[in-house]
Amino acid sequence: MPEPILTRRALLRAGMSGAALSALGGCKVLDGLSAPDHQLRRFMERANDLTKAMQRGVLDRDALAQEFQPADIRQPQRPNGVTDPQDDAYLALKSKDFANYRLQVGGMVHQPLSLSLDQLRAMPVRRQITRHDCVEGWSCIAEWAGVPLAHVLSLARVRIGARYVLFHCFDTIERSLTGAVRYYETIDMVDANHPQTILAWGMNGAALPVPNGAPLRVRVERQLGYKMAKYIRAIELVDGFSDIGRGRGGYWEDRGYEWYAGI
Amino acid sequence: MDTSISPGPLVRRHTRITRITHWTWAICLFFLLLTGLQIFNAHPVLYWGDQSGFDFDNRVLWIGSEDGRGFVELLNRRLSGLGIFGASDGTLRAFPHWATIPSGVDLATGRVIHFFFGWVFLATLLVWFAGAVVAGHLRRDLLMGRAHWSLLGSDLVDHLRFRFRHGRRYGPLQRLSYGLMLFVLFPLMIMTGLAMSPGANAAAPWLPEILGGRQSARTLHFVAAAALSGFFVVHIVMVVLAGPLNEMRAIVTGWYRADAEETHDA
Repeated sequence: MPEPILTRRALLRAGMSGAALSALGGCKVLDGLSAPDHQLRRFMERANDLTKAMQRGVLDRDALAQEFQPADIRQPQRPNGVTDPQDDAYLALKSKDFANYRLQVGGMVHQPLSLSLDQLRAMPVRRQITRHDCVEGWSCIAEWAGVPLAHVLSLARVRIGARYVLFHCFDTIERSLTGAVRYYETIDMVDANHPQTILAWGMNGAALPVPNGAPLRVRVERQLGYKMAKYIRAIELVDGFSDIGRGRGGYWEDRGYEWYAGI
Repeated sequence: MDTSISPGPLVRRHTRITRITHWTWAICLFFLLLTGLQIFNAHPVLYWGDQSGFDFDNRVLWIGSEDGRGFVELLNRRLSGLGIFGASDGTLRAFPHWATIPSGVDLATGRVIHFFFGWVFLATLLVWFAGAVVAGHLRRDLLMGRAHWSLLGSDLVDHLRFRFRHGRRYGPLQRLSYGLMLFVLFPLMIMTGLAMSPGANAAAPWLPEILGGRQSARTLHFVAAAALSGFFVVHIVMVVLAGPLNEMRAIVTGWYRADAEETHDA
């Protein structure tokens, strides 16, 4: 007697799981997860904390990203996102070939700075041929030249308690009801002080082109491309970013992408 | 040879850990595949090497569209009119909305779900491996001994003739296919996945290196996903042909009705 019950139960389970799977795939049951405040999404996002903890805690947190040979540069660096900012302040600087550009360094520092491109170029230079990985899935190898961010931060003398470097950018990436949304990004002090994290003013042996972020962009070689803010206007040392934008630490982060983009 | 095999006694075929990990993997792979297709759709081109060729050609696969018609370009050979690929329901997208999670274009959410189930998948593999070693599942059920290799050919012929043996233990073909899944495809999936992570790359540059570069790793990740999907189809066909109720009961409750003549030799 027990056998038919077992098989019927098994049949029922098979049927139910089949129906459940086709409902998940075919319909839009899971589309609610697209909402940034969905509780299940919030729960799943904690896997990214685990990823960060593993990469920072278990793997070598000072490891260098792989560097390539000049022969590996086989094409121009593919630009993405905003490639030609139309903001007035930017256009004014661009028309004078960025001669009047000043990088502002402020926030939680003892010594706020205002640096011209010539001053930045006169600082220690690091050149690195690295692979740029876009969150979309593609990769492109280019040579970058710039001053290590750690050097600039040492000149500004970061105050105790500063936890993040916030990059303010010139470019409007989106126009919303409340006005222009400009690109911004944040990285923590581990990445900010990493030797390969540079404020790049040069690319592939020439001045940084406009589509790639002229006059100055950041390279954060162990993370995805969207962390590497282009068209940098100012650097601000902060102890948090919950009051900036939608509070998630960057333009794309505010739109659902993970803050830690090492994966 | 007598083709009618008389049913034997119920045997306890799958341990609890096997059953739990089986269903956890089933759920994980479902989400990983469909969010994987969402992620693929964000840049539906696969390349071979470290980088993506925009000014040179190292494309392996490209699912795109031209004049509103979808095409698949495999190793520079373009095939169009394949129906769902490249364009479906009036939208230009590599894989159709019913094959991706979420159904719309949403890379960010696809990544959140993908990485969550990636971790669950990895954890399940570690739990299964530890359990399988401790319980002797590996040695008893998956290890291919000399006898299994020598019977592999006849077992394959039996399967092709839809003659299935219901033994207490896995047959040679089952051992080989499950072994390939667990020890080749699953680790390859994890390795190629990690090889795409710029953070993991810095800590282990040898990983993308041995796979032929980051973009090669992405291609292999896709190929392994296709192989897993193929395994899934064959797996389901085998379950249906071998007796779906008995097979389903075994993987849900652990109890399996073995063939009479095979029950004593196990």
